[in-house]
Amino acid sequence: MDYLYFPGCTLYTKAKNLDVAARECAKIVGFELRELPNWTCCGATFPLAIDNLMALLPPSRILATAMEAGGNLTTLCSVCFNVLRRTSYLLESDLEKREKIFDFIEMEYRDGLRVPHYLEILRDEVGFETVKAKVKRDLKGLRVAPYYGCLLLRPFDEMRFDDKENPTILERFVESIGCEPVDFPYKIECCGSFQSVSAPEVAIECGYAILKSALKNGAEVMVSTCPLCQFNLDTKQREIREEYPEFQGIPVLYFSQLMGLSFDLPMEILDFQRNDVDPLPFLERKGLL
Amino acid sequence: MKIEISEKSVRNEIARTVEWVSGQNLFACYQCGNCTAGCPVSFAMDLGPHQVIRYTLLGLVSEVLASNTPWICASCLQCTSRCPKGLDIARIMEALRTVVLRKKERLDHISIVDLTDDLIDRTPQIAFISGFRKFLS
Repeated sequence: MDYLYFPGCTLYTKAKNLDVAARECAKIVGFELRELPNWTCCGATFPLAIDNLMALLPPSRILATAMEAGGNLTTLCSVCFNVLRRTSYLLESDLEKREKIFDFIEMEYRDGLRVPHYLEILRDEVGFETVKAKVKRDLKGLRVAPYYGCLLLRPFDEMRFDDKENPTILERFVESIGCEPVDFPYKIECCGSFQSVSAPEVAIECGYAILKSALKNGAEVMVSTCPLCQFNLDTKQREIREEYPEFQGIPVLYFSQLMGLSFDLPMEILDFQRNDVDPLPFLERKGLL
Repeated sequence: MKIEISEKSVRNEIARTVEWVSGQNLFACYQCGNCTAGCPVSFAMDLGPHQVIRYTLLGLVSEVLASNTPWICASCLQCTSRCPKGLDIARIMEALRTVVLRKKERLDHISIVDLTDDLIDRTPQIAFISGFRKFLS
């Protein structure tokens, strides 16, 4: 199994801890990630105005580059995944727009490029059984809240990632590495997204509601798949605590970090220093290190 | 509030632009309020998403354009996913932002000069890119 890999801008800088652990884990479970040549930013939003073709140019160029490089394209960041998957759906279903876009960027587009998320590769190609077989560190009893957010799932008809109201892929992933998934009602609620730049007080409320709900249902850590969710749920806990002093806090890890921990990868690869809420003291207390 | 309804007010210019830019038929909305009920940020909006649609159709253009609703919307698509009439409400919100942002004068809804160094240092770039694309002219 060989995949082209689109890291996206954030995974090269602020979210290195999502990227590095995932690359290492891919090798262990048996698939290759070959970085896409000459990649650019995907634009970080799928344009919702139907006449905005300009915002479709970067993701269309990325998809065409993947076709030239010959392979299916995977990514980790939920934002990139949403933009690339929706663009690929649009290019396959709206031939008029497709012609306009590719006339403009002067590249070729052919049908049939798949854009699987890393988790989908684990589920559909590798299999969670294989993941389970590679586990080296026993994380039994660790109660993990799987947080999906919006962009992996919606809009359902275009993303086709998992069930739209009750997805279970992260629960199955968490089980495969020996942890106990915690069900909580806010798992598909929005983290506040880019409102953390324009209306931070709104994003803080969103983050607080999600974290509180996970804690109330007995979670000890949360896993996320997206650098923007990670920012609103982990980095912003400082601000949440200023607003709600009784809030006790909860470590939020990228799913790749938790997978790496279960595979017993070295600490410099797991890179927990980048997580604002340090999970190490808790993991030590729990006897998992 | 007294509202006069005429063909002209119902088919007002903003309603027609919003329908064109969003690709949605505003008349499909039957005001069930599911969008507003499921919206994770409706607590901070001065009009719920369903009210914005109704106001637009009633020709209450200045009220709609003065509301903070499209600027609080985080495009999470919960409303779109749950609308029983299949309306893509997130697209309607984007169209309303577009109506404002595409005016000749710049009408930015994020003040870049006011972003603190601490925020810039801690925030992942995707938050800035997507925020700027949604809220700047």
